[in-house]
Amino acid sequence: MDLFEFQGKQFFARYDIPVSPGEAVTTVDDAVAAAERIGYPVVVKAQVQVGGRGKAGGIKLAADAEAVRTHAANILGMDINGHTVETLWIELASDIAEEYYASFTLDRSAKKHLGLLSAEGGVEIEAVAAENPDAIAKIWVDPVDGLTEEQARAWVAAANLNPQATEGTVDILLKLYRAYVEGDADLVEINPLILKPTGEVHALDAKVTLDNNALFRHPDYEEYEATQVRDEREQAAHDKGLQYVGLDGYVGVIANGAGLAMSTVDIVNQVGGEPANFLDIGGGASAEIMSGALEVINNDPDVRSIFINIFGGITKGEEVANGIVTALGRVQIDVPIVIRLDGTNADLGREILQPHLSDTLQMQPTMIDAAQTAVALAAR
Amino acid sequence: MSIFVDETTKVVYQGLTGSQGRFYGLLNRDYGTQVVAGTNPRKAGTDVDGIPVFATVADAVAETDASASCIFIPAPGVRDAVMEAAEGGVSFIVCITEGVPAQDEAWFFNKLRRDFPEVTLLGPNCPGIISPGKANIGITAGHIAKSPVDGQKAVGIVSRSGTLTYQALYELKLNDIGVSTCVGIGGDPVPGTSFIDCLERFEADPQTAAVMMIGEIGGSAEEEAAEFIASKMSKPVVSYIAGVTAPPGKKMGHAGAIVSGGKGTAQAKMNALRDAGARVGLNPTEAGQLMVEVVRGL
Repeated sequence: MDLFEFQGKQFFARYDIPVSPGEAVTTVDDAVAAAERIGYPVVVKAQVQVGGRGKAGGIKLAADAEAVRTHAANILGMDINGHTVETLWIELASDIAEEYYASFTLDRSAKKHLGLLSAEGGVEIEAVAAENPDAIAKIWVDPVDGLTEEQARAWVAAANLNPQATEGTVDILLKLYRAYVEGDADLVEINPLILKPTGEVHALDAKVTLDNNALFRHPDYEEYEATQVRDEREQAAHDKGLQYVGLDGYVGVIANGAGLAMSTVDIVNQVGGEPANFLDIGGGASAEIMSGALEVINNDPDVRSIFINIFGGITKGEEVANGIVTALGRVQIDVPIVIRLDGTNADLGREILQPHLSDTLQMQPTMIDAAQTAVALAAR
Repeated sequence: MSIFVDETTKVVYQGLTGSQGRFYGLLNRDYGTQVVAGTNPRKAGTDVDGIPVFATVADAVAETDASASCIFIPAPGVRDAVMEAAEGGVSFIVCITEGVPAQDEAWFFNKLRRDFPEVTLLGPNCPGIISPGKANIGITAGHIAKSPVDGQKAVGIVSRSGTLTYQALYELKLNDIGVSTCVGIGGDPVPGTSFIDCLERFEADPQTAAVMMIGEIGGSAEEEAAEFIASKMSKPVVSYIAGVTAPPGKKMGHAGAIVSGGKGTAQAKMNALRDAGARVGLNPTEAGQLMVEVVRGL
C-alpha cells in the first residue's frame, strides 16, 4: 500500500523524524487558510502517487496568500502522468544547504534489510546508481540484530556527507529504521533528506509503502487504505475480496491461483490477444466467488470475451462446474465465455457443463485452445 | 529416493484443531503421511480423529518422535509458531499460511539461520511438499501426482506457485512420468527454502533424473538458480516463468510477484535460464512437453 507524501510525513512524525509543519487540503480556500496558519513562505505540493511532480508544475513556492490561491487553483485537478490531483500538501518552505537520500527496503536476495544513503539526493536514486554507484553508501542490516548507533555512524561516515549533518543524520536513520520495522513498511524513502543552513537535518519528502499483510498489527492503517488509488474495476474487485489487477485489453480472465492467473494472462497475450485483467479467485471456485468474479469482469466495458481457467486440486471438477453453472444463472453476461476445466474430476465437471454449452459458452480442453477461442470470439 | 520427506517422516500439525488444519491434516494422513500429532495449548490431551493433540511442539516431539511440522496457524501467530517448531526439536518446518508480514519472514529466516542452522523452513505461503507415494505435507491434491516407478526416470519439481505446480504434476502424470518430490517454495518475498536449496538436493538424489522449475516475476531467485544450474547441475532442467505480461509496479496476487525498478521481469529470468542451459517453455503445457522430450531422451 503506497502512501501519499502527506501520509508518509504523518507516518514519519509518529517516529519523531523531523518533517516540515504542514496541512493536507482539497480546496483553494482551505489551502489559503492553511498557509495563513503555517506562515509564509509555503510550498504548495500536489499529492499524487507518481514521480515527476516537480517537472509537471505540481510543486510551487508561494510567498503570500495571493500566490497560494493562484498555485492551488492551478494544481488542483491537474493531470500528472495520468493521476489527477485531488489533494494538496501545504508546508512551510525550508532553506536548503544540501540534499541527501536515505532509504530502507528488503534485499530479497541477501534476505536482509538494505539501507541506502547518498550525498547526492534530490534526484532519482536509480540515476545516481547508474552514473555514480560509489556515491551510494549501503548497509545490510540483520533483522534479528537491528541497526545499532555504531553501525549507523560508520554508514554515515561512508556516505561522505557534510560533517555538520552527521549527528542529525544518524538520529534520523535510527528513527527511520524503527519506522520501517515497527511500522511494517516495505519501503521508507526520504528524498531529499536536507541539511539546512542552520545545521539541522530534516525530511523534505516521504515515500512510504506499507505491507498489507501487517494490517492486523496496525488497525489505524485503515485511514490509508481508505485513500488508496484504484480504478473503478479494481475497487469493485477489492470490495468483493478478489485479487484483481486491471490491464488494458479486452479478454477478461478468471483463474484460480496467482500463478495460474498470471499464466492465463500470458497465454492470451501469446496467442495474439490482449488481456483485460488479472483475476485470482483462489482455490475454492464456489458459486459465490465465481458470481462475484463474473460481475467484476462484466462491468468492464472493454471486455469482449471471458476466459475462465480453472485447475481443480482439492476442489473437485464437479464442484467447480456447479459453481460456474450457478453463477451463470445469477449474473447476466453479455459476452461469450470460454471455459477450460482440468485437474481433479475434470471429466465429471465437463459433463455437468456440457448441456449448457452454446455459441456463447464454449469449453476447450487445453489452455492454448481456450485462449485462442477466447481471442477469436472477442474479434467477432 | 526423494528429497526432504518420505514415508518415515513423522509430522506434527500446528493448528490441527482449526478447520484448515483438520481438513488437510486428515487428507494428508489418508494419503499415507505419518501424521503423528497436533498442537493446541488449550486442547492438549484431546485428539482429532485419533491424532493426539499436545500443548506444544516440544511435547509432541517428546511423545511421538516427530521430525517435521506443518503450520496451519493464522498469519498473526506464524512468527511464534515457526520458533516454537524449531525450539521444539523438529528439523523440517512447512508453513502453509499466507499473508505473513514480510518483516516477520525476514526476522525468522535470519533467526533460524543463526540459532537453528540444521532446521529447514519451507514457505510461508506455499502449498507444501509431496514425495508421491510416500508423504504429502500440505494442501496438494495427492492423486494428481504420479509415484515414481523403481528403475524408471523420475522428475523433481520446484515451484513458486501452487496451481502451476498442480498443473505440472498433472501434465507429467498424463505422460506417465513419475515425480520423486514436488516442492512448493511459495510466492512470498523471503521464502525459507530457495530454488537452489532444492536444485542442490535434486542433483544429489539418485532417483531424480531431471528437474522442472516453475518461477514467476519478482526478485532474483530465478537468476540465482540459473547461475547454480550453469555451474553445478549435471541433470537437465526445464523451466517455465509466469508473468511475462505483468505491468511494472503491480503485485500479481503473490506478495513476491512484482516487477519493480525494471528488475525481476519474466524475460530476464527466461534469458538467464536459457543461457544456463535450461529449456524454457512459454506456457505450462509447452514446459510439460519439453520435459517429456527430455525424459524420453535420457
